[in-house]
Amino acid sequence: MQPPAQFVHWMFATGFLLLGLCLLGKAIVGEEIWNRRTWRAYLWPSLLFLMGVLMWPVMVFFTNSTIHMLAHGSWAQAMMVAGAAELGLVRGKLQSPYWRLALPFALVVSGTALLVHEQNGWLFARSAFLHHALGWTSLLGSIFPLVAVFRPRSLVWSSGFALVLVVVAVMLYSDRDVAPIFGHLSPVAGEQHR
Amino acid sequence: MSTQLVTESAALRRSVRARAISALGPLAMVGGVAWAFLQPYRITLLHPHGQGFWWLVIEPPLLVVIVGVVFAVFIAPGLIEDLEEAER
Repeated sequence: MQPPAQFVHWMFATGFLLLGLCLLGKAIVGEEIWNRRTWRAYLWPSLLFLMGVLMWPVMVFFTNSTIHMLAHGSWAQAMMVAGAAELGLVRGKLQSPYWRLALPFALVVSGTALLVHEQNGWLFARSAFLHHALGWTSLLGSIFPLVAVFRPRSLVWSSGFALVLVVVAVMLYSDRDVAPIFGHLSPVAGEQHR
Repeated sequence: MSTQLVTESAALRRSVRARAISALGPLAMVGGVAWAFLQPYRITLLHPHGQGFWWLVIEPPLLVVIVGVVFAVFIAPGLIEDLEEAER
């Protein structure tokens, strides 16, 4: 009954897409208007926190090596910390705006984990390519929430971060368990899936 | 610049923001539908015989459409209402 890895990637892609749309909406209207309704203020940090929680079963059930376990575990923790920090800020329990640094931190941790735990080259298979692409996107994309901490009203940096999440969602949707990338598929990658 | 021009310019910008919000959900839906046309074999509901559980439950183009619907139905209307109220 355990889903193949590609289905898990697609489920998380759905979460990232919804997260991206919410943050894009927030960037367009501004934080003040977005937070006018309490449920809406809690929506995206809760979603981020929930995705962090759901990374734990991924760590448990999809661990085929120590480095996979460390990567999935660090994602789970980083996403939960970022979600919790934003929840704390919305609730008013946390006051310092520097708690928002948890978001770029989560992206840096995620990007590093993606790059470190992918042992194959870019063109080994589609999943390997996507791990590299996702890793660099997360690492470079962390600049958006980082600058947004210091320029919270900037549409460019806030919407840039939202679009990074949408791009992450697109890449996760592109994942297949074994599939070629630009016509390349290593013979040792296994038989191609649909 | 006269007050009237400033007000008109602000109103135009406001409507652009409201339009952008109302477009997000439909854009996601269109993306999902376009994907379904490009890769119809991913919509296993169209040919469910012999498909496994996960292939039937998780159909990525439909998930994209669902995200668009959720945003358009549950998030965008209230957001536009609050936006217009704040701008009045």
